[in-house]
Amino acid sequence: MIASPIDLSGSPARHRRERLVRGAFFGAAALSVVVSAAIVASLLGRAVTFALDVEPGALWTDGWSPRRGQYDLRTIMGGTLMVTAISMVVATPLGLGAAIYLSEYAGPRARRRLKPIIEILAGIPSVVMGFFALAIVAPELVQRLWDSAPLFTLMAAGIAVGILVTPLVASIAEDAMHAVPSALREASVGLGARRMTTTLRVVVPAALSGIVAALIIGVSRAVGETMVVAMAAGGTGSAQGFLPLEPGQTMTGAMASLATGSDQVKGAELTFEAIFFVGMLLFVLTFSLNVVSERFVRRYRNRY
Amino acid sequence: MATVVPTSSATAAVERALRGRRGDWKGVAFQAALLATLVTALLILTVLIGDVIRTGLPVFRERGVDFIRSDLSSFAVRAGVWQGILGSATLMIFVVAIAFPVGIGAAVYIEEYARDTRLTRLINANIRNLAGVPSIVYGLLGLAIFVKALGAVTGPDVEGRSLISAGLTLAIMVLPIVIITSAEALRAVPQSIREAGYGVGATRWEVIRSHVLPYAAPGILTGTVLSLARAMGETAPLILVGATTGFLGSNAGFFESFSERFTALPIIIFRWASLPDERFRALTAAAIMVLLAVLLLMNSVAIVLRNRYDRKW
Repeated sequence: MIASPIDLSGSPARHRRERLVRGAFFGAAALSVVVSAAIVASLLGRAVTFALDVEPGALWTDGWSPRRGQYDLRTIMGGTLMVTAISMVVATPLGLGAAIYLSEYAGPRARRRLKPIIEILAGIPSVVMGFFALAIVAPELVQRLWDSAPLFTLMAAGIAVGILVTPLVASIAEDAMHAVPSALREASVGLGARRMTTTLRVVVPAALSGIVAALIIGVSRAVGETMVVAMAAGGTGSAQGFLPLEPGQTMTGAMASLATGSDQVKGAELTFEAIFFVGMLLFVLTFSLNVVSERFVRRYRNRY
Repeated sequence: MATVVPTSSATAAVERALRGRRGDWKGVAFQAALLATLVTALLILTVLIGDVIRTGLPVFRERGVDFIRSDLSSFAVRAGVWQGILGSATLMIFVVAIAFPVGIGAAVYIEEYARDTRLTRLINANIRNLAGVPSIVYGLLGLAIFVKALGAVTGPDVEGRSLISAGLTLAIMVLPIVIITSAEALRAVPQSIREAGYGVGATRWEVIRSHVLPYAAPGILTGTVLSLARAMGETAPLILVGATTGFLGSNAGFFESFSERFTALPIIIFRWASLPDERFRALTAAAIMVLLAVLLLMNSVAIVLRNRYDRKW
């Protein structure tokens, strides 16, 4: 018997099922696009309302104090900048040092044991780190180093955020260095280079885009970190200035305290819209950081 | 024949250089510094966990299971985390029921169906960027959509600040992570497995169902367990969606509780940590121990899964 084209194309029911399944999977994928559109839409509406209704002068006064209608953006953006800078001062040497050691110096067995530990540590919830900032970092570290510092400071929050970000930076940077082909190392050693020279002149430059991406992802995470700042930075609602050894407020901290109610005053309508305005700024900031890090990641992926 | 006769001092220098180890002090110092950073990083985290256990253990020693089984209270001697555990567990049901099927489905579409078009690349980049959006922004999404816009559906009596709103918010938050990890697991299944399926006349869905998904299952499972752990410890979005930190009635049935006010384990930790009462410090540490124990359990499950089923092709 010779099969006709109709026989070969299979049963219509089978085709229908194929199309149905395909449609369901496509729907699931499309949902992710819907979610990002929903994020933008939900932020944009109220953020625009805020931007239109707020007096321009209130965005540039002396302090962040929504209760009194003062929405000084310098205060909270400066606070975010300060916390992020302090955290990266902590996380960059610790994270990159640990990554280089794990990738270039540790034996395979030590690496196999330590890598999962670092990955688990990267999953420590930020409330836990907030408690740590309050219980240890602030009294035992910051107040010992600087006698006059109060309990709640941007410094304590920044150091704790740095500790939180360290395993993340270490893990991503280690992946990047581990992906450098060993032929490059062998070539370098074959020319008589010492291990340190091989590491610093061959492996690190080859993995540089991945390392930079790790740092950018660290920055992005630190900028968006909420709980540590809400618990340890001390900006319960209002704040003035962003000096490291004083209480302060960051963008995320301001949003959290607006939502928990320490600032929520019925009647002062714009406080609710203010959360969305700050959220919009935060979203744009982290989104651009992620796009930049994506560029760097792609560069090192393409090469090897 | 002109031979170069080495001078005796040069021979000695070469011999010296070849014999024994050269003192590479810079290299040794470099390695020591690297080791120091790794040890410091691990030490800080050991101190953190050590302090939590030292502060929290007396609570368990005094009250034992009573601390876990007690409801919220403003009196330190009676306060417990039971409502937080229930709340967190119910929130996880939402994540499992919504984020897992949708996330895995999206991953299957991206890896198995989608051609490499501009749209596909856009969706891919979009998902990776969503994974990097701070969790508090997802809280804003939940606040705007589930609490404000859909409040009449999600929680008519509590202005939308309900368990459903929070569960949906967390599910949307972990969705990109589930997609990314599942897609990685699917990508690790070799092409030859699929081709073998097509070769005996299976359709695409049949190949996926009977070949690709079973082989990718351990990887997908690992990723989903880890994303569940991530959702478990998340606090900021719950604060925005309006988790309660005070009194909580507990007589509603399981399904009725969906549209009621809620709390969760991390929220309780946040609240207790900010109380000025010294006795609540020990309770905070004890609650953190409960949370970390659950997370450690989840992570161990993921690692065991990965080690047991990890296969090399």
